[in-house]
Order: sequence, then structure tokens, then C-alpha cells
Amino acid sequence: MKNRKLWGRILTHLGLLPFIIFAVFPFYHMALTSLKQNRELYDRGANPLLIRQGATLEHYSRLLWETEFITWTKNSLLVTILASVVSLIIGTIAAYALARLKFFAVASLGTGIFVTYLVPTSLLFLPLAQVVNWLGLGDSRWALVVTYPTFLVPFCTWLLMGYFRTVPKEVEECAMVDGATRIQALWKIVLPIAVPGLVCAALFAFTLSWNEFIYALTFTSSSEQITASVGITTELIRGDIYYWGSLMAGAVLASVPIVVLYVFFLDYYVSGLTAGAIK
Amino acid sequence: MAIGSVGIATATRPTSLRSRVSELLDRESWLGPIFVSPAMVLILLLVAYPFCMALYFSVSNAFIGRPSTFIGIRNFINLWDSDAFRQTFQNAFVFCGIAVGAKIVLGISLALLLNQQLWFKRLIRGAVLLPWVIPTALSTLGWSWMFNSLYSVVNWVLLNSGIIDPPGPNWLGQKYYAMAAVIIVNVWRGLPFFAITLLAGLVAIPKELYEAAEADGAGPIARFWHVTLPLLKGVLGIVVLFSTIFTFSEFNIIYVLTHGGPINSTHLFATLARQVGLETGRIGEGAAISLYLFPALMIVVWAQLRYVRKQAY
Repeated sequence: MKNRKLWGRILTHLGLLPFIIFAVFPFYHMALTSLKQNRELYDRGANPLLIRQGATLEHYSRLLWETEFITWTKNSLLVTILASVVSLIIGTIAAYALARLKFFAVASLGTGIFVTYLVPTSLLFLPLAQVVNWLGLGDSRWALVVTYPTFLVPFCTWLLMGYFRTVPKEVEECAMVDGATRIQALWKIVLPIAVPGLVCAALFAFTLSWNEFIYALTFTSSSEQITASVGITTELIRGDIYYWGSLMAGAVLASVPIVVLYVFFLDYYVSGLTAGAIK
Repeated sequence: MAIGSVGIATATRPTSLRSRVSELLDRESWLGPIFVSPAMVLILLLVAYPFCMALYFSVSNAFIGRPSTFIGIRNFINLWDSDAFRQTFQNAFVFCGIAVGAKIVLGISLALLLNQQLWFKRLIRGAVLLPWVIPTALSTLGWSWMFNSLYSVVNWVLLNSGIIDPPGPNWLGQKYYAMAAVIIVNVWRGLPFFAITLLAGLVAIPKELYEAAEADGAGPIARFWHVTLPLLKGVLGIVVLFSTIFTFSEFNIIYVLTHGGPINSTHLFATLARQVGLETGRIGEGAAISLYLFPALMIVVWAQLRYVRKQAY
């Protein structure tokens, strides 16, 4: 019996192996490419799965010192942090109101948030580009700070509504009977209980804005304003010439902030991903 | 005496104002709208208003930097004369149908495997979820190197394992291969969402049901069809709806991998809308193309609301 269980477990792992290879191989190959010398990279006889002729950091140094990569990364950080913080604040208070308070049209406002959450960014980027121009933010990273909350706020609100609903009403009512105002009760009682939800919302806001591409591609174009994703995919390709080593180096480096967050907060990612669909 | 009362009056007024404000803030009918208004203003200005603009553009002959006039639904109709649009329309259904179908099958299999006893549970989950976390534009760039016409590692592996004969396909330069490539990348990127969400659904199924089914003599396959699948239906439905709308409106993968080519064979609504609306400047037509996404969105929203309502209210 025990033996059978062990075999079953080994079989499960064997079954998972193709999925894991499928998921991870592109990153392995990206990292490998970024470390290969050009001579080996463009040698059709060489084994593409290994480095045989010595590793090099030349692609990284070219990326860092001969392109605007550092500027793009700074832009990405600025946009991501500002948009996430703003969205988290707006989303938190909206979620609290929608989950907890009774007021005019609360149910339909909640539905409205949910519908907005489903609207894909690729539906609105054309007219939004006009709005951005009217606001005087054409070709500016500030356009992204302003527009990213359009998808971050509905997401944060929806996620946090679920968390706020799980906080028992009585806890809050007790505090209010003891003389706390509603805002004090929110600040001192509800928010501390909802910290896991807030962390989760913050992580997702950060990830979604760091990974955003279509708005960044459409609303910004000059080298001083673009984000890392856009910079790497547009500025490193000159006509038909692809600098694959540096391209992969850029892709690896620009993924680092997200991967670091991811390694530390894996469980939050898992719960946030499922909350979006199940809660 | 008079001076004293004035002093008291000025001293009490600010506190009474403050207490009145805090009293109002304690009332739900005031606090609620105040808390919701920033989100609503944002949505009205930057979602609802642009959406109305899209509607207006789509019924006008708007061109970048030129005044536009109303032309009715001519954009929507004229699009059908364009080979590129007809191709795109077909692509959207092929792409979405195959990609979502593959994600359902692979997602359920992966979730079932992840639901077993595992040795490196966290590590495996972490690896499986990874494609979802990394910026899509950048990981797709990695894929475009993997599908490169001269140095494709995919071809190298397939050739060396004897699955295909030399020279091997030019993935991004041949019609059907290019479609296959964008579907593969979309599945790769969307699979974690399916697997992890369905796993949460699986975990929620009570163990007793399986024990009862096993006691009734149901084998693993019968248990899957009669216990797992019916109970997973709710979660699966939501995941499929979510995925459908985001697959249908895919932009990043197409833009980075094929730019819609070769000869429009991988264009989707979003990428064609960008090409027509921004690169050639015909905003009206571009907006009309984008709006072809809208019926799909409506269906998904309607289905979601029906389901979500049933659950939440």
C-alpha cells in the first residue's frame, strides 16, 4: 500500500515536469542568451541550451552604459509607485464604502466598479490618447500616472471589497459604541484586520502597472519618458537589427523587481489571483 | 461681559463646525458617497468619457489633426470591405477559441496534478505561476528569440529529437505557424491563472464526497466526471469568462511577436485598431475596430453579473 502511494507521488511529479519545463524554460533561455558571447550566440552549430564558450557580461554593460535603460527603469519605478499608491488609497475607501455602508445606489455603484474592472485596456487606448493630449500630458510619463489608476482602482476596489466583507461587523460596532467615530473605527480596527488584503492589493497594483504595455507604448515615445518594457522593445531594435543579447539582458533586468516581490510574497499572489475570480 | 461672550462665540464656532463635519462623516448616507467619489470621478473622466469618445469617433471620419464630421455607421460597414479586417475578425475567433480551449484542458490537468501530495509544493507552485508575473511584453520578447528564423531553440530541440525534418518551420514568418506561435505564448502566459484558480476550486471540494463516491465503487475517472467536474463548474465558468475577454482583446503578445503579420494573419482587433488608428491616423476607423470588442465584452459582463449576483447578493 505504502509503495503504491510512493509510486503515485512519483508519477504526479513526472506529470508535472512538462508543465514546469514549459513555464520556466523561456526564462532560462532568456538568462542564458543574455550571458552568451555574440560569437556563440550567432553560431548555428552551437548548442543553444548551454554556454560552452564562456559567459560574458558585455550585453549587460552595453545595456546599462550605452542605452537609456537606467532612465527607463526610473520612469517605470516612478509611474508604478505613484499609480499604485494613489490607486490603493482611492480603492480602499471606495471598497470600504461599497462593502460596509448603506447609501444611495450603493449596489449599482458596486456593479459599475466590477464592469469597469472587466473593460480591457485595449478597448480604450485610442480615445484615451486624445484625452491625455488635451490634459497636456502627451508624451509624458505623468500620463501613465494618471491613466494607470483606471484599471488599478477597479481591481483594488473589487479585491478589497471581498476582504472587508470578511471583517465581522460587530468588531467595528463595538468600537463605535465605545465612542469611536466611523473613521477612527476604519483606521484603527478594520484596516489593521484587512492588512493581508491591503498587501495583496498593493502587490497586484505594483505588478499590473509594472507590466502594463499598451498605454505606455501609446502615450509615451521619447527616450526620457518611456518605461522599461517600452524602451526595451522599441529602442533596442534598430530597424531590422536585433541586439538579442542586450534585449534579453534588458528583459531579465526589468523582470528583477517583480521576481523579488514574487519570491517573498508568493502566497499573496496566489490568494490575490484566486480572489479576483472567486470572491 | 460682552467681550467675554464674543470670545466664547469665536472659540466655540470652529469646534462646532468640526463636530458637525465629523457628525456628517459618521452618517453612512454622507460618508459612503464621499468615500466612493474619487473612484467615481476617475472612472467617469478616464473610462466612461473616453468610451463615449470612442463611440463618437467610430461614427465619424476622424483623422489625426483634422476636424471630423458625422458619417453614421459607415465605418463599421466599410470595414467589411477590407481584407485586413475580415482576416482579423476570423483570427480573433480562431485565436480565442483554440487558446481558451487549450487553457481549459491544460489548466484542469495542471490543477489536478497540483492538488496531489507534492514534495516541493511551494517551489512547484512558484514555477508554475512565474509566466503570469513577469511583464508580458518582455517575456514575449524572449519567445520571439526562441522562434527566431535562424536561431530558433524550439526548432533546434525539435530537430535534434527527430520530431521534424530540417530546415524546420519559420515560426513567425509563415501564416499558420505564426498563429500557432502566438497561441502557444498566450496559453503559456494564461495557464497559471487557470491552474491556480481551479486549484482553489478543487481544494474547496469536500473530501467526504470523494470518499462516498469511492465507497459506491466509482473509479478515478467516474469520480472526476461525477464529483470534480460538476463542483468545479462554477469556478471554471468564471475563469473562462475572464480569460475569454482578455484573450479576445490580446495586444502585447501579438504586437511584440508578429506585429499582426505575416500579411495580417495574426492581427487581432486591438493590434489592427492601433495600426489603423495611430500608425495611419484614421482614428474613426480605428475606434470602430476597437468597438468590435464591445459585444464580446457585453456578453461576458452579462454572464458574470448573473453569476456574481447569484453568489454575492
